[in-house]
Amino acid sequence: MYPRAFDYLAPETKEEVLDVLAERGDEVKILAGGQSLIPMMKLRLASPGTLVDINRVPDLDSISIGNGHLTVQALVRHNDIVNSELVTTENAAMASAAPWISDPIVRNLGTLAGSVAHHDPEGDWASVMLACGAQVVAESRDGGERVIPITEFLTDMFTTSLQPTEMITEVRVPRYASRTTHEHAPPRGGGNYQKLERKVGDYATVGVATHLELGDDGGISKAGIALTSVYPHNLKVTEAEHLLVGSQPSDELFAEAAEIAKSACTPASDVRGSAEYKKDVVRVFTERGLAASLAGAQR
Amino acid sequence: MQITVTVNGAEHSADVEPRTLLVDFIRSDLRLTGTHIGCDTTACGVCTVLLDGTPVKSCTVFAVQANGRSITTVEGLKQNGDLHPIQVAFKEEHGLQCGFCTPAMMLVGSKLIEDNPNPTEDEVRWAISGNLCRCTGYVNIVKSIQLAGKMATAGSDS
Repeated sequence: MYPRAFDYLAPETKEEVLDVLAERGDEVKILAGGQSLIPMMKLRLASPGTLVDINRVPDLDSISIGNGHLTVQALVRHNDIVNSELVTTENAAMASAAPWISDPIVRNLGTLAGSVAHHDPEGDWASVMLACGAQVVAESRDGGERVIPITEFLTDMFTTSLQPTEMITEVRVPRYASRTTHEHAPPRGGGNYQKLERKVGDYATVGVATHLELGDDGGISKAGIALTSVYPHNLKVTEAEHLLVGSQPSDELFAEAAEIAKSACTPASDVRGSAEYKKDVVRVFTERGLAASLAGAQR
Repeated sequence: MQITVTVNGAEHSADVEPRTLLVDFIRSDLRLTGTHIGCDTTACGVCTVLLDGTPVKSCTVFAVQANGRSITTVEGLKQNGDLHPIQVAFKEEHGLQCGFCTPAMMLVGSKLIEDNPNPTEDEVRWAISGNLCRCTGYVNIVKSIQLAGKMATAGSDS
């Protein structure tokens, strides 16, 4: 399978990338890991006139903390996240999800930022980012930097609010609130990603991302739940989050939140399972994910 | 577009269309047909090569992306006429049946034992989980990679 012909550019500075985007706009696609884009191009579902390979741009591949955020730059690969001690210490939902992204070889190239930009409703990272309340940072030559809450970034399946002249430079995830006051404080937060897949590398049959933080009284101060593969786009279950925040954690509470998640999704019956089955997996995974997140927060 | 790629230690320059896939550059331009094409959809892993030492699926990388970089294919495993320990081990443990997945399995295995010379069965299975063997000969593939690790360690000790 071959894509349509395209112009290939591999600039060595971010400024040059932004120039190309400013001049060529919506005929351009950015190539980071290419593990979703290249298959789409081969199937001719995407046929960009220009491909801008950002892999030669320096200083775009770090994971860092600062200003209350864990920051993942545009060229950080899935496997960089799997192997990152910083992510393990800072964000349990991300650490839990990373080994479940595609397969070990794809993880060597694919990126978190690219996955979020692609916004495949069967993609895992967008759910994790929704549960954690991430922000996407985009830059353009004429508009400068724009910080976009993930809920405003992900507009619909395969669609985001990224403008044709913008590139994603990084994705930021808020640190656990306890860490923003005391650098080495216990996290008082936890997270998890539950994924059912038929085989390694397959899309999720069902995926559930959860994130919990506890206040001084042991009550839930922050909660995030988002679902993969069971709705036309990655689905943040706001109603269940509202139920959790302000309450003391309990099995009964988590069961109630899980029922809400089950009711919110609308999976299709397909070769991976019936709609009824998938909805029940959502319920079970939400309960398990919340319990695991709580265990992390109570360490 | 003019590119220069180091493949198995030798520099190759070529004029390629940007849409040329790395696997086709390797097989058709360089005539190194040990790298196979299976699913062509990033699933099966038989087209795996090492790009600057890291396993990638070469059906999902454009040749132009490899400009100025190094590729190792199965043909590059043998050094100075001696088989790589992973090749000896696949022979010893009967790590192949039809042989179609073998070049990729050996490259992934060689990378694994470089990082972790004494991998457990689980670690090997994890490392090769992006590579399919349609003969389902995984048991001997796992044994081969584990033996190669032991052989490489013994070799470097002597």
